[in-house]
Amino acid sequence: MGAIVSVILVLLGIIVVGLSGLPGLLGARTSMIGQRGAMALGVVGSALGLAGVGWFWATGDGEPLSLPTSLPGGVVRVAIDGLSAIFVAPVFVISALGGVYGLGYWRQTEHPRDGRKLRFFYGLMSAAMGLVVIAGDGVVFLIGWEIMALAAFFLVTTEDDQEEVRVAGWIYLAAAHVATLCLFGVFALLHSAGGTFAWVRLEPGGVTRPMATAIFTLALLGFGLKAGMMPLHIWLPSAHAIAPSHVSAMMSGVILKMGIYGLVRVTSLFSNPPVAWGVVVLALGAISGVLGVAFAIGQHDLKRLLAYHSIENIGIILMGLGLALIGRSLGRADWVALGLAGALLHVWNHSLFKALLFLSAGSVVHATHTREMDQLGGLSRTMPWTALAFLTGAVAICGLPPLNGFVSEFLIYVGLFGTLGTGAGPSFLGASFAAPALALIGALAAACFAKAFGVVFLGTARTRRAVHADESPATMLVPMFALVGCCAVIGLMPFLVAPTLERGIAAWAPELATTTRLCALAPLGWISVMGLVLLGLLLLASLALGSLVKLGTAATGPVWGCGYAAPTARIQYTASSFAATLVGMFRWVLLPRVKRSRYLPLFPGRAAYHGHVPDVVLDDVVLPAFRLGGWIFSWFRVFQRGSIQMYVFYIFLALVLLLLWR
Amino acid sequence: METIARDAAHVLFALGFPPLLLGVIGKTKAFFAGRVGPPVLQPYYDLIKLFQKGSVIGGTTTWVFRAGPAAGLATAALASLFIPLAGAAAPVSFAGDLVLFAYLLGLGRFFTALAALDTGSPFEGMGAAREVTFACLAEPAFFLGLLVLAKLTGSLSMGGMLGGSLAAHWSTAGASLALVLLSWFIVLLAENSRIPFDDPNTHLELTMIHEVMVLDHSGPAFGMILYGAAIKLFVFSALVARVAFSAGLGSAWLAWPVFVVGMLLIAVVVGVVESVMARLRLLHVPTLLVAACLLSAFGVVLLAR
Repeated sequence: MGAIVSVILVLLGIIVVGLSGLPGLLGARTSMIGQRGAMALGVVGSALGLAGVGWFWATGDGEPLSLPTSLPGGVVRVAIDGLSAIFVAPVFVISALGGVYGLGYWRQTEHPRDGRKLRFFYGLMSAAMGLVVIAGDGVVFLIGWEIMALAAFFLVTTEDDQEEVRVAGWIYLAAAHVATLCLFGVFALLHSAGGTFAWVRLEPGGVTRPMATAIFTLALLGFGLKAGMMPLHIWLPSAHAIAPSHVSAMMSGVILKMGIYGLVRVTSLFSNPPVAWGVVVLALGAISGVLGVAFAIGQHDLKRLLAYHSIENIGIILMGLGLALIGRSLGRADWVALGLAGALLHVWNHSLFKALLFLSAGSVVHATHTREMDQLGGLSRTMPWTALAFLTGAVAICGLPPLNGFVSEFLIYVGLFGTLGTGAGPSFLGASFAAPALALIGALAAACFAKAFGVVFLGTARTRRAVHADESPATMLVPMFALVGCCAVIGLMPFLVAPTLERGIAAWAPELATTTRLCALAPLGWISVMGLVLLGLLLLASLALGSLVKLGTAATGPVWGCGYAAPTARIQYTASSFAATLVGMFRWVLLPRVKRSRYLPLFPGRAAYHGHVPDVVLDDVVLPAFRLGGWIFSWFRVFQRGSIQMYVFYIFLALVLLLLWR
Repeated sequence: METIARDAAHVLFALGFPPLLLGVIGKTKAFFAGRVGPPVLQPYYDLIKLFQKGSVIGGTTTWVFRAGPAAGLATAALASLFIPLAGAAAPVSFAGDLVLFAYLLGLGRFFTALAALDTGSPFEGMGAAREVTFACLAEPAFFLGLLVLAKLTGSLSMGGMLGGSLAAHWSTAGASLALVLLSWFIVLLAENSRIPFDDPNTHLELTMIHEVMVLDHSGPAFGMILYGAAIKLFVFSALVARVAFSAGLGSAWLAWPVFVVGMLLIAVVVGVVESVMARLRLLHVPTLLVAACLLSAFGVVLLAR
C-alpha cells in the first residue's frame, strides 16, 4: 500500500489545486474572501503535490496507479517517474507563488468583473498541467492537454474587453488546436506501433523507419508549437504580453515546458533514434535561441521582450535535448547525461527566472500602468525591491555566474565541447559548432537585458507615470524573492539537484543509466566554490570602493552631458536607440519597420521617428497564408444558401453517393 | 606547500604586472609619435593617485553605479586565476572552466554597462550600447578558437588547453593555430577597447566606446575601472602569449623569461597597431569581428578529418 504514496499525494494535490477557484465563483464580486480562499487552497494543494514529488525523490517509489474505465484504451494510468517528477515540481511551485502574487496584483476588489473567472481557470490550468505530466497513457495525456489549452485560452483573454486581447487569444486558440491535432496523430501512430496507448518503449525492430519518422515529425510539430519553437512561435509573444503577469509567468514558466515534456517523453520511447533527429533538434534549438533573442532585442514592450526570451530559452533546452539524442544514437552516455541534464535543469531554471522576471515586470506594470519601456526609467529609486528582483532574474537568464542559468548552460557547453572527440568513442564535430552559437545567444541576451534593466530601472524617469511609481505590496514581493532564493540556491549549490537530474536521465535512457554520474562528468563542486568566491570578491571590492570613497571627499554633482547645461530625461538613450546597431545586424530576418520624417534642408520642422520590429513569421507568412485560405474557401459560399431545406438536401445527396460508392 | 607558493606567485604577478602593459603601449605610441612619452611606470602612479582622490558622484545614480567598477575588477581578477602563466599550471583548473572564464568577463561587462546606464547620460548610454553590441561578435570568435584548442589538446580546461602539450601541435596543426592566434588578437583588441575598435585617447565622446561609459566615474571608482581594464588586458595577452610562444614556454628555465618578454612584445604590437592604424568607422567594426569569427571557424574546419 505504501508503494503508491507519491502518485496519490500528487493526484490529491492536483485535485485540490484544480478546484481552488471553484468556491470563489459563488462569492460576492467585491469581496476578497473568495480570493484568499483560492490562494490558500492553491498553496495547500501545491504543498501536497510537492510532498508527493519529494516522497518520490526520497524513496524512488513510482508505482503507477491504474483504474479501469470505459474510456478508449480501457484503463486509466497515472504514474510518476524521474521525468514527470522534474516537470511536475515547477507546476506546483510557480502556481502557488503566482496565486499569492495575485492577492496584490489582481485584487478581486479592483477587478470585480474578471477576478473570479481568472482564479477558476488558473487553478484548472495548473491541475491540467499536473495531469499531463503524470499521465501514464495517451488518453489521460490528451484530456489533460485539452483542459490546459482551453483554460489557458480563457486566462489569456482575461481582459476580453480589449481588442488586442481578443486577437491574441484567437491566434493562441488556433495554434493550440493545430498542436492538438498533431498530437492525435502521434498517439494514433504510437498505438498502431506499440498496440497500446500507454507509454511503452518501442524496440528498434518493432517499428519501421517511416513510422518512426512520422511519429517524430508530428511530435516535433505538435509539441514544438506548444513550446514556442521558432518558427512555430507565432502565438507566443502576444499571448504572453497581454495576459495578467502571474498568468504570463505560468505560461512562460510552465506551459511551454509541457511541449518540452512531450518531446522528451516521446523521444524516450526510441532506444536507438537516427542521428538526424538529434541534429534536427540541435539545429532548431540553435535557430530558436539566436532568433528568439534577436527578436527580443527589437522589442519596446517589456513583457513582449520577455516573451521572445522564452523562445530563446526553449532553444537552449532543445540544444541540450538534441545533444542527448545524438549521444543516444552514437552510444555516448556522457553526451546523453550532459545534454539531458542541461536541458532538464534549464527547464527548472527557466521556470524560476522567467517567472521571476514576469512577476517583476508585472510589479512595474502594476505601479505604472504601462508596458512601454520608453515611458519608464529611474524605477530603481522608487521601486528598489522590484529592481533588485528583476536584476537577479536578468543575471540568471543571461547565464551569468553565480546564478542558476549559468549551471545549466555550463552542462550543455561541456557536452557540446565533448562532441569534438576529446573522450573515447565516436566524435561528432558538427555538433560542436553549437557551442559558439550558445556563446552568441548568451552575449545577445546580456545586451538585451542591459537594455531592459537600464531603460526601465536606471537613469531618470522619462514620464510622469514613472515618477509616481510606488513599490508593490509584500504579497507581490514575497513570491518574487522566494524565486530569487531558488535561483541563488541552484546557482551556488548545483550538486543538490544532481541526484534528481540523474533520475531523469535514467528514466529517459534506461539502457545507459548505469554509467552516468553527473558530478563526475561536470565539476559541479567547483562551480559552487567559484560562485561563492565570486560573491566574496564582489563584496570585498564593493566594500573597498566604499571605504576609499569615504576616505576622500565625495561630492554630488550633475552627470556629464558633454557640456550641455540643461539636460532633460528625454535626452537619455532609449530602448530603440540602445538596440539600433544589433537590430541593424539582424535586419535580414527582423525586417524592422521604420517611419521617420524626412530631413528638411534649411528650416526643419518637427521630426518624428518610429521603429518597430514585427513578428515576421506571423505578420508576413501565417496571416497572409490564412487570408489566402479564407479567400479560396469563400468560393464554397455558393453552397451556403442559408435555407435548411437545402442543407437537408445536401445530406440526402451525400447519403445517396455513399450508398452508391461500392 | 610548493603549490601554495606557486599560486601565490601567480596571484601576485597577475595583480602586479598588468599596469606595466599599459605603460609599454603608451611608450610605444610615444615612440611612433616622436615624443618621449610618460614613464613606463606611469599607470602605477596614476592608479595610486586615483585611489587617494576624492570623487564626484552623479546625483541621479544608485548603488548600481558603484557596482560597475567593483564587478569589473572582481571578475577580471578572478578570471586571471584560470590562465596558466609561465609553464606553471593555473591555480584554478577544472573541466569546463573555459565557460566560467568567458562568462565571468561577461558579468563584468554587464555591470559596467549597467553602471553607465545608471547615470542617465546619453553619451554613456551610447557607450554601453556599443560595448554590449560588439561583445556579441567577439564572444563567438573566442569560443570558436577554444574549439580548436580543445580538439587539439583533448582538454576542456584553460590550463590543459594552453598548457605544455600545445607546443607539439604547432608542427601538425600550425595553420589552425595561426588562424586562432590572429582571431584572438582581434578579440583582444576589441575586448580591451583598443584601436581599431576604440580609441582610448580620443577627445570626442561621440566616437568612444569604453571611455565614454566611465565618464562619470571619478577618484577611486575610476581607479578600479582602470585597474580592472589593465587586468583584463593582461588576461587576454596571456591567452595570446600562451598560444604564440607555446614552444618556449615548455622548458623549465626559459619559461618565465619567454613569458614576460612575450607579454611585453604583445603590448608593443598593440602599441604599433594603435600607432599605424586609424580607428574604424563604427559601422565597419562588426565586419572585422565577423572576420575574426570566420578565421577561427576555418581553424576548426581544418581540423575536421
